[in-house]
Amino acid sequence: MPYVAMTESEKQQMLAQVGVGSLDELWRQILGAETLPSFERLPCGSSELKVTRHLAGLAHRNATDLMCFVGSGFYDHFIPAVVGEVAGRTEFSTSYTPYQPEVSQGTLQAIYEYQSAICRLTDMEVANASMYDGGTAFFEAMMMAVRITGRRRAVVLGSVSPIYRTMLQCYCSNLDVELVMTPPALQADVRSIADLLTPDTACVMVQYPNVFGVVEDWRPLIEAARERQVLSVCSAYPMALARLMPPGQMGFDVVTGEGQSLGLPLSFGGPYLGFLATWMKYVRKMPGRICGRTVDQNGKPGFVLTLQAREQHIRREKAMSNICTNEGLCALRALAYLTFVGKQGLVDVADVCAAKAVFAREQLLRIEGVRGYDVPFFNEFVIRLPVEAGEVVGRMIERGFAAGFPLGRYFADRRNELLVAVTEKRTREDIRGLAAALEAVLNECR
Amino acid sequence: MQLIYEKSFPGRRGTSLPELDVPAGNALPPTLLRQKPAELPEVSELDGVRHFVNLSRRNVSVDTCFYPLGSCTMKYNPKFHDRIADLPGFADLHPLLPQLRHGGALTQGALAVLYETETLLCDLLGFAAFTMQPLAGAHGELTGVMMMAAYHKDRGEKRSVMLIPDSAHGTNPASAALAGFEARTIGTDANGNTDVEALRRALSKDVAGIMLTCPSTLGLFDPNIREICRCVHEAGGLVYGDGANFNALLGRVRPGDLGVDVAHVNLHKTFATPHGGGGPGAGPVGVCEKLVPYLPTSRVMKRADGSYVLEYQFPKTIGYIAPFYGNFGVIVKAYAYMLTLGRDGLRRVSDAAVLNANYLRAHLRQAYHEPFDRPCMHECVLSAKHQIKQGVHALDIAKALLDAGFHPPTIYFPLVVPEAIMIEPTETESKQTLDAFIQAMLDIARLAETDPARVKAAPRTTPVARLDETRAARSLDLASRPAAP
Amino acid sequence: MKKYSEEHEWVKLQNGIATVGITAYAAAELGDITFVELPEKGKTFAQGEAMCVVESVKAASDVFIPVGGRVAEVNPRLEDTPELINASAEKDGWICKLTDVNEKELEGLMTEEQYKAFTAEK
Repeated sequence: MPYVAMTESEKQQMLAQVGVGSLDELWRQILGAETLPSFERLPCGSSELKVTRHLAGLAHRNATDLMCFVGSGFYDHFIPAVVGEVAGRTEFSTSYTPYQPEVSQGTLQAIYEYQSAICRLTDMEVANASMYDGGTAFFEAMMMAVRITGRRRAVVLGSVSPIYRTMLQCYCSNLDVELVMTPPALQADVRSIADLLTPDTACVMVQYPNVFGVVEDWRPLIEAARERQVLSVCSAYPMALARLMPPGQMGFDVVTGEGQSLGLPLSFGGPYLGFLATWMKYVRKMPGRICGRTVDQNGKPGFVLTLQAREQHIRREKAMSNICTNEGLCALRALAYLTFVGKQGLVDVADVCAAKAVFAREQLLRIEGVRGYDVPFFNEFVIRLPVEAGEVVGRMIERGFAAGFPLGRYFADRRNELLVAVTEKRTREDIRGLAAALEAVLNECR
Repeated sequence: MQLIYEKSFPGRRGTSLPELDVPAGNALPPTLLRQKPAELPEVSELDGVRHFVNLSRRNVSVDTCFYPLGSCTMKYNPKFHDRIADLPGFADLHPLLPQLRHGGALTQGALAVLYETETLLCDLLGFAAFTMQPLAGAHGELTGVMMMAAYHKDRGEKRSVMLIPDSAHGTNPASAALAGFEARTIGTDANGNTDVEALRRALSKDVAGIMLTCPSTLGLFDPNIREICRCVHEAGGLVYGDGANFNALLGRVRPGDLGVDVAHVNLHKTFATPHGGGGPGAGPVGVCEKLVPYLPTSRVMKRADGSYVLEYQFPKTIGYIAPFYGNFGVIVKAYAYMLTLGRDGLRRVSDAAVLNANYLRAHLRQAYHEPFDRPCMHECVLSAKHQIKQGVHALDIAKALLDAGFHPPTIYFPLVVPEAIMIEPTETESKQTLDAFIQAMLDIARLAETDPARVKAAPRTTPVARLDETRAARSLDLASRPAAP
Repeated sequence: MKKYSEEHEWVKLQNGIATVGITAYAAAELGDITFVELPEKGKTFAQGEAMCVVESVKAASDVFIPVGGRVAEVNPRLEDTPELINASAEKDGWICKLTDVNEKELEGLMTEEQYKAFTAEK
């Protein structure tokens, strides 16, 4: 029997020690009259080899050679092998939340270093040990603003990813918090948004760069919010922060984001990594695990989980959040990624992404009937096609390209628009191939 | 050990990165550029590897020692699961692909994994449907209680109270609060069961339901569970089952058969996916027929031709609880686990988990106080009541175990047992390991009698001694800052 | 006049101003106090309302106001030295001073002797 060590003779010895004649008798003592269920669909067991073959077969039914230009918040970045190698150490993966700090210094120091990396990247003072994903982190940031201000209204920009906006709506459905969604625009009209920041507004929530890939200067909006004692929250793309003005410098009160681009595989939607950072003055309103540096009895430096008194296992229904675990192993991966890519390497990766995106946009705009918008962007941009983008994407898939995300799926008035993301993994030839295939498909459609 | 930032040297480079093969340039706004690079580590690949490998050696884990952390089910995590999750067909798959036209055909394998895992879980727990979206156990709880809220709202009922036994995990009341409920506590009776009389008195038309953990956090199977479900249903409420302890019931008891309406399971506990030092986990939620309309969207469906498709049109859904379809990389491991063990293997898991726990109980109750004298399930809850007379607390016993080479059990939980020591051996441990642990526990109990100061001085052999948590909380040092230029 | 609540707060009334804190018993139960989230100045609370939170390493406890009133002053020393509550819970470790006190509510609270007996039962 795999994974169960007990042999038949040991079982008999142990039953005797427990004082029962058989397992059935033990079960009867515990369960009383409960009878064994019968299973209709659960199969009999299989060997490791057979299960591996079955799953490899399923994996093979997924696209493995598709050229990916889809982003929308989740990016196909290169992950150096060494990241998976060190994060795969089972001393990390097979341990629990570090409740016993004396034997968890590895995990704890890694969390502390991860928190530090997030602070350095965002230019904020304090970060938690991570959350489930960018969307849940965004929601938790909103709740933080509600706790800090005592107000129960949040203004969410229409240029925030619809994935996160629908998650916010879902989470707020039973809470006394009003969500105000502004109309989606490629670039925000600060004055009209500022008018929405009423005295009962807790926070204004934006994305940086926004869902259309546009890089916006949020300082005027942050300023307008601050004048009204409204907090500003952003969801940032961490890879872009290698080159962009950090959110802390811009003046955001809470910074969150999806950490997938920092060394985590796309993995069909998870596990991912939500990061959340803020200023020290708000630290006690921040949800999630936090690791702190201290000393042991002998004065030796060490790390512990701290500020735990605010958490659900102690505060129960009064806790900051119901979240129990963080995404420890994902945070470790992000730390490993940032370590091995390094200070200059991250800038280089961002530069390569940005340059390839510019190159790709030029190539695509050369195609007859393809238009663009003249807006600043990092590695993702919108093009307008002469025909419905969803149809084009379908035909591109048959040619081996995931050409981008058709915005009509989220925005009814953008049916002809395609959101194209380019990472450092796409070569010049890949990009030329994309342009050639798109031109051919558009010719078909005409 | 030095921080990675302290090991950095200006200009040192790590790993080889993809080259620039197009003209340099960007479309970033010049006024919004970062003035100087973020102060990330600057180490060689070798120095970085040494850093992480040495960090890992400062951890204990299931793969290094016995880890009987109660309520956490620290069982062995089969290694081939990791290989499977890393297959390019799974790891490199963009989650938006099935949302593109003709994209569904390119994700049939991944959708099959989700659908088939749901199917197996439905069979195993006795439910009509499952959602794989919740990203952790507490996230599953939240999803479940949100469905309960949606159910009552849909029926035009205002039910604002959630009943929660005092032995429950702290996440239960926290999740209930986040779903807009007022948590009300139900006590535990003298036998360690939910106080049924108190429950009957608490039921009213304001009660949305109850959140039960089965077996309870005391490691006990509540013989009244069917009666509890009946009472709650009669009062118009729903029963939430916290499946954190489902390892004890695998293949033996199905929550759906007991009358539970909605329950989550922790794939990182029962289904052998790694805990990862605190995540990522996965907390799929199963529901009975009447709660199916409220499941999160999207859902994976199987067409008559055998293909899989994502469906979005569910008017009563609670919405999107996660960005996509759940922690897929975790789910695929749990699927492999269920296929490997199968119906008989899963039943043997609960057999061995329960026998191992009772075996520990049979030996340890000689030396440690046992609050409830009856057979336990997958874990046994003892207390340091005898030892505190010598000034030795549960915490001291835990630290002494570190010196004996074991990860300690959960301590001070459940809250209803003062000085609780909650031991969950799991099924994957051998009798030899259990015997060694028993010996260590008995030695510590003896030492607590003869030389309590020695117990209180533990641990001595760990990389650091007991840490100053008061200092950590008073003078907060939560991030290392770059040196001033 | 000094009175005690069942939630382990003390209140001392002098010239219409009530000084409030947590009891030495409560401070000992909480252990090393690491942070006090002070009540907001100018805010009015009804008797029994949670007015602030006291945190130790292992617990965060609401402090329930023992008599209704308006917060006129908070103890500024607690911001940087929360351990004052451990050292001197019922003197230097006071939390706030109240005006507009509903003095009648004091009658329902325990005397020092009664409180001693109350905690001895625990």
